[in-house]
Formats: sequence, C-alpha cells, structure tokens
Amino acid sequence: MSLSRADVEKVSLLARLRLTPDELDRMTVQLNGIVGYVDQLSELNTDDVEPMAHAIEVHNVFAADEVRPSLNRDLALSNAPKRDEECYRVPAVLGD
Amino acid sequence: MSLTDSTATELLRELNAKRVSSEEVTRAYLDQIPSLDQSIQAFLRLRADEALQEARDVDRRRTAGEPVGALAGVPVAVKDILCMQGELTTCASKMLENYRPPYTATVIEKLRQADAIIIGKTNMDEFAMGGSNENSAFMATRNPWNTDCIPGGSSGGSAAAVAARMAPLSVGTDTGGSIRQPAALCGITGMKPTYGRVSRYGLIAFASSLDQVGPLAQTAEDAALLLEVMAGHDGNDSTSAAAPVPRYSQTVTQPLSGLRLGLVKEHFGDGLDGEIETAVREAVRVYESLGATVQNVSLPHSKYGIAVYYVIAPSEASSNLARYDSAHYGYRTDVTEMLAEWEREKKTLAACGDQEGLRRLDSPLVRMYRQSRSEAFGPEVQRRIMLGTYALSAGYYDAYYLKALKVRRLIRQDYDRVFQEVDLIIGPTTPTPAFPIGEKADDPLSMYLGDLYTVSANLAGIGGISVPCGLTSEGLPIGLQLQTPPLEEERLFRAAHMFQQATDWHTRKPSSIQ
Repeated sequence: MSLSRADVEKVSLLARLRLTPDELDRMTVQLNGIVGYVDQLSELNTDDVEPMAHAIEVHNVFAADEVRPSLNRDLALSNAPKRDEECYRVPAVLGD
Repeated sequence: MSLTDSTATELLRELNAKRVSSEEVTRAYLDQIPSLDQSIQAFLRLRADEALQEARDVDRRRTAGEPVGALAGVPVAVKDILCMQGELTTCASKMLENYRPPYTATVIEKLRQADAIIIGKTNMDEFAMGGSNENSAFMATRNPWNTDCIPGGSSGGSAAAVAARMAPLSVGTDTGGSIRQPAALCGITGMKPTYGRVSRYGLIAFASSLDQVGPLAQTAEDAALLLEVMAGHDGNDSTSAAAPVPRYSQTVTQPLSGLRLGLVKEHFGDGLDGEIETAVREAVRVYESLGATVQNVSLPHSKYGIAVYYVIAPSEASSNLARYDSAHYGYRTDVTEMLAEWEREKKTLAACGDQEGLRRLDSPLVRMYRQSRSEAFGPEVQRRIMLGTYALSAGYYDAYYLKALKVRRLIRQDYDRVFQEVDLIIGPTTPTPAFPIGEKADDPLSMYLGDLYTVSANLAGIGGISVPCGLTSEGLPIGLQLQTPPLEEERLFRAAHMFQQATDWHTRKPSSIQ
C-alpha cells in the first residue's frame, strides 16, 4: 500500500499537526519508505494467531472503590498556558 | 582510586564505613561535571544545591546512627522523562520546556526512600523517540569515547553521564532498546527489566505496552543495586508486576553453574559489523571457559521485529501524545498572531468565493491544536505521530495495527520455545558501533534498523542486559546482550557479573577522561 500526498494531508488533520507544503512532501516520501518496509508483515499467515496487545496479559485489575484525594484545582491548573481562577482558557469554540 | 572512578558499590562501602561523606562524594561529581559536560552535554539540568543539601542530610542521619536507605548518599542521574513535582521535566521537548509536574514518579519516590542523591536530569531523544540523542530539542549529547559520534539513545544522556564518570549510576527507559543500545555504544552496563517490573507511574508515556524503566551503571553489581531499589508493584500502575522483588544485590556475585546459552542464528546475519561479531563470539568463549554450554537456536520471527515495533510503538505514541493539546499544559502557539492569520485566510477564501476552502478551514481551536503541536514537536516525534495515526485510522487498522499485534505474539512464542532449551540468549546488542553525528539524520528507516537486536525483548516483554565486551579498531565500545525469560532479572545480573569477573572491558574508560 502506498500513501498519496492527499492521504498524508488527511492524516495530518487527524493527528492535529499542521505541516507546510515542503514538510508534506518530505513526510509523504518518508512514510511511504517506512510503510513499504512494514508491508513485509503481509507475507506471514496470521489467521489463527491471537493478537497480543500487552506483554503481561493481566485482565481486570481492580482498585478498591474508595474516595481518595486528587489533585487540587490550583495544582491541576498550574501548567495551563492560559487560565483564569477556575478554568483553562482556549479560543472560542462556538463562533459566528 | 578517586571518588568519581569508584563504582556505586565501592562508594556505598566507604560511605557506610564513614570513611567519606556523601557531601564529599556529591561535591566530587559536581566539581568535575562542568568541565567534562562542556564537550559531552549529558545533563539538561543539574540539581547542585538540592543535591548537596540532600547529601548533608544523609550524612547527618548516618552520623547520628539513624537508619539510612540502600543507596544512602550515592549520586544518581535521572533521564528527564521521570516526573519530579515542581521541578522542570521536559522530555527534551519544546512542548514541555516549562513543564513542572504536579506529582512525582514512583521511581523517584523510591530513589528518595533509598536516600539516593539525584544530581541532575539527563538529555534524551525527544519523548524517548530515537537512538542517537540527536532528536533532543535542546542539544545533542556526544559519545565520551569519541565526541564526533552519537552516544546512542534514547537514554543517551544517562549512558554518557556514567561512561564519562559524571555519575556512578543513572536511570533510563527502554521502549525498543533505549537503555541497552546507549549502554553498548558508551561502554557501560545497562538493563531493561521485564515489562512491569518497575512502575511506570510518573514516567512520561511513549508506548505504554513497551516502556520500561531500568538501571545504567559501570557494573552489573551496581545495576543490580539500583534495580532492587526501583522495582516492585505499585498500586498507581495497574500493569506493574505483583511478583516479589528478589534481593539482586545479595545474589549478583553468585556464579551460575550449568548455564545453557542460546546463540540466535538470526543475530549473525547481514548487517552485523565484523568486529562486533568477533567480540561477541569471543565473549561466548569466555562463558564456555566458565562452564557454560552453548547451542544454536532460532527466533524465526525476530526479523519482523522492527516492522512490528514501528507499527505498535508509533500507534501507542500517537494516542499517548494526543494529550498535548496546548490547552491543559505544555506549549501553546501565539494565539493572537494565529487568529490574525486565520482571519486573513478566511477573508481571502470568502473574497474569491471558495466555499470548499471555507468548509475545510480549521476552526480556531483546531488551528490552535495543530499549530501548537507542529511548532513544539520535533520532526521525529511528528513522523511517529503521523505513522501511528495512519496505522490506527479507519481502513488500515486491520492491515497494520492488528497484524502487528499478531506477529508480536509469534515473536513471544519464539522466545517461549527457545527458553525451554536454554537459560539465556546471548548475542550482540547493536549491529554497528556508534556512528558520526548527523550520519543518519535524513534516513529514519536506517536509524530504525539499528534496533534490530533489541526491539524483540520489548515486544515480548522479557528482560535484557548489555555489558561491554570489546572495543573496535577505532576505539568504540561493543556491547554483549543477554536476554532471559520474564522476571528472571536475577539470572541476568549473575550471568553478567560472571562475565565481568572474567574480563575487564567494563573497567575501561574513554581516553578523554583518564
């Protein structure tokens, strides 16, 4: 499979990245190189193989359902690029 | 022997005997770091004042006869990927240049409980993505053996710090070889524990099913000491292993008898440097002289390791790094300027009646995300986010991500089968020695292929260690890799120590710091 420049541009939106035209060109070439290398996996028959998402396959690790202190608001907001007394501030989401 | 030439084990002996104080030890390192690190650039930040104060506190308690921890007064350098509350933790990224975490990593807490002295935070590839330290947003660490060469990565700063005697111990993380590879290229000992052996709480995530914290040191004995302090189950990391932690530092000096070693035939194929092959085969003979038996084994799916890794790791990374949204923490672009540009674009599109263009124009919020992320992430991080986003996107998930997870299981099954016949797998850590800075900068795939012998251990979740086993004709270090079944770190340390009792490669140091 190969990626077109338009595919790469679409992926950049999904990835919330903004690439310049030059970067899009370069990224298209590099991603195709890597994806081409990865395509060798298709030569393996894996029909009956169970996927392995984790090296230690633990399931349903439960924690006691009890109230514990969490980060206080000021600490949680302490690294905000922009904030007020109680909220993160971002550009208007709903506009004209 | 000078203080800064000592191993952590030796320093601890002197400290516990009160023949030297932690303040003297810490000061000895802090005194020589500025001149050494000018050319090496291993440290992003020193904690000089805090370290000396902590050292004096340990000295006071030790003198007063109060109980002290297992690493009391020994300096440790820590990769800048582990969170320390209120102290800069950058992951070598412009994204986190001013980030002061609101909480502290479990590993850091454990080091503090052991009374270790954290002397500074070390450089790395941005978000641990890379094998050369060239991907740091701030500076390129250099190899102490040849400052024109890379130190390896991503824990390159941690490896260079120990190799150049700027710290007796350091902490790194290994997602595809990021401890073992720089340890090999810098001529020191570095270990990736079993997945889950060390808590990942407070470790800034790259690929959560692969990331593991581990020790770097001059010797296996020192690495054992450091892992013993860091390992153990943590309620804050549900993937951490519930298994008890053996006293590695007590058993490391006990040789193993009847050791069965497996030589993986796939590790000796194309791409392996001739001098590395010679050194590794000589190391195997050393083990034979110590009573080990050697047999050839096969990991037939290991050749797919890189392909599997470069689907799974970027997929997890693209998801993990989605949290950097320039809203909650981290870098944000200049929004006033951004909005002005956005208004101009909108006006231009409206003026020429481009309805499609208007429809496709980002909302201001999406534009803020995209612009902030592209300004703050370096090229390699953006490449991996793109790769992972693609592999997880509709229509490609089955072909890439799911396929890779299936081959991952085949890789693990290869190991399970081989470990029924042998106790340890032995082979090279890297296919080539350290390369010149800049050599692979424009060729990501060739950089990725350097992970050939290390990624499989992360995919399978098993342990691995790299120990020095030679020098090339150009004087660059060569690493020997040993791998074991899950949770058998004790075996790795004991086997590595046996080798270091029979050889002196781990005592060599770069000529520039003699």
